[in-house]
Amino acid sequence: MGILFEDGNFALFRAGFLQTVGLSALSALLALLIGTLLAAFRVSPVPALRAFGTVWVNVFRNTPLTLLFFAVAFGLPRLDVHFSSFVFAVLALGLYTASFVCEVLRSGINTVPLGQAEAARSLGMNFGQTLGLIVLPQAARSVLGPMSSVFIALPRNSAVAGAFSVSELFSTQQTLTERGYNIFAIFFWLAAAYLFISTVVAVLFRLLENRLAVAR
Amino acid sequence: MTETTGTDSRPAPLVVLSGVNKHFGALHVLQDIDLEITRGEVVVLIGPSGSGKSTLCRTINRLETIDSGTITVDGRPLPAEGRELAKLRAEVGMVFQSFNLFAHKTVLENVVLAQVKVRGVARGEAEQTARELLERVGVSAQAEKYPAQLSGGQQQRVAIARALAMKPKVMLFDEPTSALDPEMVNEVLEVMRSLAAEGMTMVVVTHEMGFARSAANRVLFMADGRIVEQNTPEAFFTAPRSDRAKDFLSKILHH
Repeated sequence: MGILFEDGNFALFRAGFLQTVGLSALSALLALLIGTLLAAFRVSPVPALRAFGTVWVNVFRNTPLTLLFFAVAFGLPRLDVHFSSFVFAVLALGLYTASFVCEVLRSGINTVPLGQAEAARSLGMNFGQTLGLIVLPQAARSVLGPMSSVFIALPRNSAVAGAFSVSELFSTQQTLTERGYNIFAIFFWLAAAYLFISTVVAVLFRLLENRLAVAR
Repeated sequence: MTETTGTDSRPAPLVVLSGVNKHFGALHVLQDIDLEITRGEVVVLIGPSGSGKSTLCRTINRLETIDSGTITVDGRPLPAEGRELAKLRAEVGMVFQSFNLFAHKTVLENVVLAQVKVRGVARGEAEQTARELLERVGVSAQAEKYPAQLSGGQQQRVAIARALAMKPKVMLFDEPTSALDPEMVNEVLEVMRSLAAEGMTMVVVTHEMGFARSAANRVLFMADGRIVEQNTPEAFFTAPRSDRAKDFLSKILHH
């Protein structure tokens, strides 16, 4: 089990770990932004925006993540869009996760009583203010639980990026295996690292839940 | 108010509905409604449930759209959904049966929010207005609490303060006391009475006949989507003309 601390393995492992954390954090940010925007589209009074949101969610949520990585990493360069493989990975993961964020938020929006939006509109708020100031904050509070599942899945999904030339955490197993270490020892440390990341995400969401709890 | 109607001595009506029709599917919920509400007038809408009185009230700030006819507020026809409508809604206060206070905001913030975001009032000034209004409706001690920590009567008084903070030209009350425990009805009606006494133009949908008698200038009796009868409260309650109104009053006044 001590393999992590031999032959400079730790540096390799740490680099992979940090890459995974960075990739996950940036993708999470992108997913949150695009996901919120999509949720707004899906409840907007404009039919074209609603249709756009629905199509997006259906395409990105129902496509295997690996296929999305293929599309981004090999499709975009054909359209003469060139980024580093890290940026491609952020795009694929972020856009994929955005569809889940959107659906979780939308289910939250449906739990906010209609009267809240009516009260906001009757005070003269426009659609954006009603959604942004009144409905979404309440919707987000009610879906922190399912939302944490989405963001715990994200770092684990990011392992796919290893197959697309991002040297993230999971891809370090390849190097370590080539160096001839025991496969079980390698996977033990990988599992421990992913568990650590997931736990941190879960704890962050728990803190957020406590902080945002509305007194009743 | 700068606009006047010249030689006409009567004040121009503030809210005018003419030929208003609305359907919910096959149900013809508002049928050829004509109604003029003068500035400072308190109009009480009563009638059996399903008569269309709440729907009528909600059409005045276009929370309900209409199928035909016109509605004007202060001389301007109700615009379609968008910036203009939002502007008009800010001038028409609305109080709901279920209070609808913003659950994630404190009482004070409920009264401050739209002043700042819709009217562009500076925060300090908005807070001062809010505290004055909360004082006036008797809930200033609860300013830092969340709506769910208040009683129904307190919540509804905050809702009234929230609407008043926009300095509305007319206030709509959609069954404001129907969701309240009986002992809390009066504290809300008291606030409404004092508003009426100060000259606020009010449209009130209610089952509180005592309030209708004491505070209304005019009582409208609705049934099956029509205004069946309208009169002063005194005349309406002592001598209803239509059978429908007689029947309704006999059911609610003598149990």
